[in-house]
Amino acid sequence: MKNELICIICPNSCVITRNASGNLSGHLCKRGLDFALQEFNDPKRSITSTVRTKFTDIPVVSVRTDKEISKDLIFALMEELKKVIVKERLGIGDIVIKNVLDTDVNIIITTNLLKE
Amino acid sequence: MKSKHYDIVVIGGGPAGLSSAIAAKENGAEVLLIEREKRLGGILKQCIHDGFGVTRFNERLTGPEYATRDIKQFKELKIEAMLSSFVLDIKKEDNFILTITNTNGISKVSANKLILAMGCRERTAKQVFIHGTRPSGIFTAGLAQQLVNIEGLMPAKKAVILGSGDIGLIMARRLTLEGAEVVGVYEIKSTPSGLKRNIVQCLDDFNIPLHLQTTVTRVFGEKRLTAVEVMKVDEKMNLISGTEEVIPCDTLIVSVGLIPENELSEKLGIAMCNATKGPIVDNNLETFVNGVYSVGNALSVNDLVDYVSENGVIAGSAAASSLKSGKERTFVSVNANKDIAYIIPQKLNLNSDLSNVTFYLRSKGNFTNKKIVFKKGSKILLSKFMKWINETEAIKIVLELKDLNEDLEVSIE
Repeated sequence: MKNELICIICPNSCVITRNASGNLSGHLCKRGLDFALQEFNDPKRSITSTVRTKFTDIPVVSVRTDKEISKDLIFALMEELKKVIVKERLGIGDIVIKNVLDTDVNIIITTNLLKE
Repeated sequence: MKSKHYDIVVIGGGPAGLSSAIAAKENGAEVLLIEREKRLGGILKQCIHDGFGVTRFNERLTGPEYATRDIKQFKELKIEAMLSSFVLDIKKEDNFILTITNTNGISKVSANKLILAMGCRERTAKQVFIHGTRPSGIFTAGLAQQLVNIEGLMPAKKAVILGSGDIGLIMARRLTLEGAEVVGVYEIKSTPSGLKRNIVQCLDDFNIPLHLQTTVTRVFGEKRLTAVEVMKVDEKMNLISGTEEVIPCDTLIVSVGLIPENELSEKLGIAMCNATKGPIVDNNLETFVNGVYSVGNALSVNDLVDYVSENGVIAGSAAASSLKSGKERTFVSVNANKDIAYIIPQKLNLNSDLSNVTFYLRSKGNFTNKKIVFKKGSKILLSKFMKWINETEAIKIVLELKDLNEDLEVSIE
């Protein structure tokens, strides 16, 4: 298990460490502490990518997660995205996968290319 | 050939051009926007990652989402756009006469004022002295981004990335997500060029190594790239012989900087700034050819699209209001000390119709616990304490024009 991280909240870039009993040190502020707690216990990320469409002029459209998703699930999520083929003229905010991998996170379109 | 006349012509349909056109139209001008691609939005179309609009909208948008907001407003205002059209030439007579080519052939339009929003282009492998053969498989980061995010094509199976700028880091993650192996990112400088956040979220998250003070010196391969040679450099960036290492790969992604695009500006004889590689401008972002404005990454390469859009609002509204007021320009200088790489604007027009002056400055080197100081003679106009001053992040300062009636001295103290 990783017990050291670099805080990315501000340019201080504190190195925050976790000892054997789970106590955190090295952060200069509360925001850093909150970031580190989340990051040590269940690191989460927003993921952006593309999915295929059936339209030849627009072969792919961009998508993102509507909430952050656990880092461990990133590559499983990419596999789910590979299965999608958009067949309608969808646009920004339209859902292409609902509740992906049972996470309560939806995959939504981020472009209106198919509507232009 | 009879040419159609506009108050203001904007060249470029990215975020700078869109916000210029919107601001000009909202201030009563008849506007035409000319874009060489078939869609509006510029580079944002392919920047599908998030983090755009944090200061302007207080949201973390993706590039296409950010662009869509401006495009929607542009269309609601019924601003005229000429797409898939390229400006070949501009001449200054009584008005500006633009020669444009598109599928209808060559045509001309005339304009009282011009806003140049052509953006920037990437430096290529040829500009950083990489030796060797000429195989396929060498891409700029922006081209790789377009192939993956717009065309839906994968250019790499095993990639090396040269340069640690943000686009290079973002492409390292993007290619990894799409199944490629990114062997490493090589940076000639001793510190990464990209934001810390991107080092963590694009490289560390995927265990992609970052090699500082190391650069690519040679490429191998006949038809397709088969390997690159990397070498370490010393503090003065001289190659250290004996450190050569050959890294097998099929793709080299080059992310080694951006240069403002200003061929048209040069045709007009606009005075350029050595530090920004863009035109010298006043507080209206007007260049030293009267009636020509420069905005966005054509003016200077920005870290944030929010600043690019802000440029457009300044130039668009200043250009539109000067159509009515038509005041002569009167200047004072803005002088920066040695710790400042550049400051925009370089001159102040005291007869501007805009009551505020927005300065953007970038430091030369990194500083901690210092002040940004604006002085008029011996009088201190502003002294802003900053815990961190990083050369990778431009600093924005807004002052009132009425306080700035003499030459200014700007320093880091």
